[in-house]
Amino acid sequence: MATHKANIIVVGGGLAGLAATMKIAEKGHHVDLFSVVPVKRSHSVCAQGGINAAKNLKGEGDSTWSHFDDTIFGGDFLANQAPVKRMCEAAPGIIDLLDRMGVQFNRTPEGLLDFRRFGGTLFHRTAFAGATTGQQLLYALDEQVRRHEAEGSVSKHEHWEFLSGVLDGNGACRGICAMDLRSMTVATFPADAVIMATGGIGAIFGKSTNSIACTGSAQSALYQQGACYANGEFIQVHPTAIPGEDKLRLMSESARGEGGRVWVYREGKPWYFLEEWYPKYGNLVPRDVATRAIHKVVFELGLGVEGQDAVYLDVTHLDRHTQDAKLGGILEIYEKFVGDDPRKVPMRVFPAMHYTMGGLWIDTERQATNIPGLFAAGECEYQYHGANRLGANSLVSCIFGGMLAGPAAVEYAHSLPQGAAATPSGVFEAEQKRQIEINDRLFHNLGRENPFVLWKEMGRTMTEHVTVSRDNAKLRGADAKLQELLERYRQVSLADQTRWANQTFFFTRQLFNMLQLARVVTLGALARDESRGAHYKPAFPERDDVNFLKTTKAHFAPDADEPRLSYEPVDTSLITPRARKY
Amino acid sequence: MSAATSHAPTPPLRGRSVRLRIKRQAAPDAPVRWEDFEVPYRPGMNVIVALLDIAERPVTTQGAPTSGVAYDANCLEEICGSCAMVINGRPRPACSTLIDKVLPDLNQPLVLEPLSKFPVVRDLAVNRERLFNDLKRVKAWIPIDGTYDLGAGPREGQATQEAAYPLSRCISCGNCLEVCPQYNEDTGFVGAAVISQVRLFNLHPTGALNAHERLEALTGPGGIQQCGFAQNCVKVCPKDIPLTDSIAIVGRQVLAHTVGRSVRG
Repeated sequence: MATHKANIIVVGGGLAGLAATMKIAEKGHHVDLFSVVPVKRSHSVCAQGGINAAKNLKGEGDSTWSHFDDTIFGGDFLANQAPVKRMCEAAPGIIDLLDRMGVQFNRTPEGLLDFRRFGGTLFHRTAFAGATTGQQLLYALDEQVRRHEAEGSVSKHEHWEFLSGVLDGNGACRGICAMDLRSMTVATFPADAVIMATGGIGAIFGKSTNSIACTGSAQSALYQQGACYANGEFIQVHPTAIPGEDKLRLMSESARGEGGRVWVYREGKPWYFLEEWYPKYGNLVPRDVATRAIHKVVFELGLGVEGQDAVYLDVTHLDRHTQDAKLGGILEIYEKFVGDDPRKVPMRVFPAMHYTMGGLWIDTERQATNIPGLFAAGECEYQYHGANRLGANSLVSCIFGGMLAGPAAVEYAHSLPQGAAATPSGVFEAEQKRQIEINDRLFHNLGRENPFVLWKEMGRTMTEHVTVSRDNAKLRGADAKLQELLERYRQVSLADQTRWANQTFFFTRQLFNMLQLARVVTLGALARDESRGAHYKPAFPERDDVNFLKTTKAHFAPDADEPRLSYEPVDTSLITPRARKY
Repeated sequence: MSAATSHAPTPPLRGRSVRLRIKRQAAPDAPVRWEDFEVPYRPGMNVIVALLDIAERPVTTQGAPTSGVAYDANCLEEICGSCAMVINGRPRPACSTLIDKVLPDLNQPLVLEPLSKFPVVRDLAVNRERLFNDLKRVKAWIPIDGTYDLGAGPREGQATQEAAYPLSRCISCGNCLEVCPQYNEDTGFVGAAVISQVRLFNLHPTGALNAHERLEALTGPGGIQQCGFAQNCVKVCPKDIPLTDSIAIVGRQVLAHTVGRSVRG
């Protein structure tokens, strides 16, 4: 079966999923692309500030090695170094490709790409399209995939939700089971290989900067089927978001990259605490550092704006052209959702859960999970950011991972002695039956628990105890709470019993998977007695390379219905770990 | 179980509340009905917050248990384009529509309806597939040779970027189509959003190479000649895209294209 036309399933239509799809379709193979929303509405659209690549167009002597070093250092040495190095080396080519696809990047007077500064680096390394870079990148890939769709090599299944992988008798992934979010039909789809690109897990924290679709439900379902989940405890809290009742809206790091300043009043005068505490990087320290500083100012020093949980993010001193041409998109968000004009009054912001560094475990070469035939790319996997992601590295990691996973999945398909067609139909029927039974059970539940109430309680617990600052007793309490919620989940009942586009039902199904994954995050944090990147334990304030320079791997233990942790060494072959001081 | 036993009757709301009147439809072929709700008012709340309140406690103002209202939503920061609906008679994104702005008088109800130009899936959720299909029809992409390394893209002046960028911010929400008198199944008109994308891709140095294909697609039925110049589109675009400029510019391009075609024979 050397080079037959492969059929690959891609789940998720954000940057990673579309990049994988494009790579596969371009080589003449077929993709079934699944997404809970029309792919153009995926969460990648929310990325604002830009995409990193060491193009060195500002005469600063930037290099891909410097990008690599900043990324490893920013991630507190927890990321495997060889894959990160390859990503940083590929980044300039990715920018060129996006440029050729028509992304409207901002330009210099000479007509070249413009670059801005971002956190955790001293170089101008971030290419950007206004302050809506994610939107522009997503659209460029969406357009390329639409072209392949028009030519017949991509079939989209939008408004379909992934329920599980279809695993054969040898534990290999032979397709997926999914549910139509309109007819609620549960069906299986065979494939030679499956690529997961399902993004982050923000909904586990109740409110976050993530989109509604970012529940982590798909990753969790696979984890419960035997996929390994790595570094779950590493959750990035972005320092500057606009508090809101329905969501915490991101206020991009690019505001600081273009000169925005963070401050509070102290003794009646503005106090620029980041600039005072971190003179070299100032407002552009990495996100974990800025977030902890803001927490200290608000909670320890009691200096939040007007006694509230907020600090000022100030761009009022920037010139009008910078405000409009480079930051327009985000200032508009603030103005629309808060009502004040940030060109004239400082914005009020506060940290919010933002990014999932951990994710499905993959190998260092091919984006392959521990389940044969199952690959992962983008925020749903763990590979490129270590203990803390640098701003503007997410877009590049999504595209890089997707462009790697696509060809790797095709290569895997060609290595199979027999294609998906050879899988006994009983394997698919059994998985479909299992999923239909889960649905039926949920519909027939007789209980008094409201799924939205359970979700709020989970979100509150996770945000309070499993984000910025972690304490072992509180983590144990959080896990007990999660177990209580899982128990109460059995008593959940649905106010809506209809079997057509029942959004309450979909949410309730996702909620179970969220709870299971929340335990992975919490127990991973409990076991890690050190402080590294975004994981901060005041009782263990130092990084402990002797005991914890290792990747956490969570395996689901079906007998105990809970995660079991093991560890594997981190590749530090290229840069010797050094103290992380900014 | 029944929904009635699992969700206790509503206690009377104290303080100010927001009254909602929502057009509902259980399925595409189900009858339309209206339901009234009341949720607590909070300053700065948007329409999504009110819908979340209802989802959590789906009981009508009359105390009748019902189901949560179905609607499309994802990013909640007006960039994914999902949550467009008709709010007090005008299409708007539910996430960025603040109650304070659209409902200064809380004695008035907030009336929510699905976009009327697309088939209803359920309640406020609609099927906007046609919009994406029309993007295919006009080849709204840059036809690159391949994704392998071919070096940098074409240079572009700042002025061109500043003209193109606003066009590239279209979120495919469908607001402009909702208010377009010509956008319906009879005309097959592609509408302002899609025409504006043609302008965007024709502006790009590589995209310009096959501008004629996009323009050709706009000459036939449902093409640009269907535009009746009502100019409603530009007024409801949440991203302030200069849609009427786009229609005028692409209109001239289409004219030049058809004249050129007839001259060439």
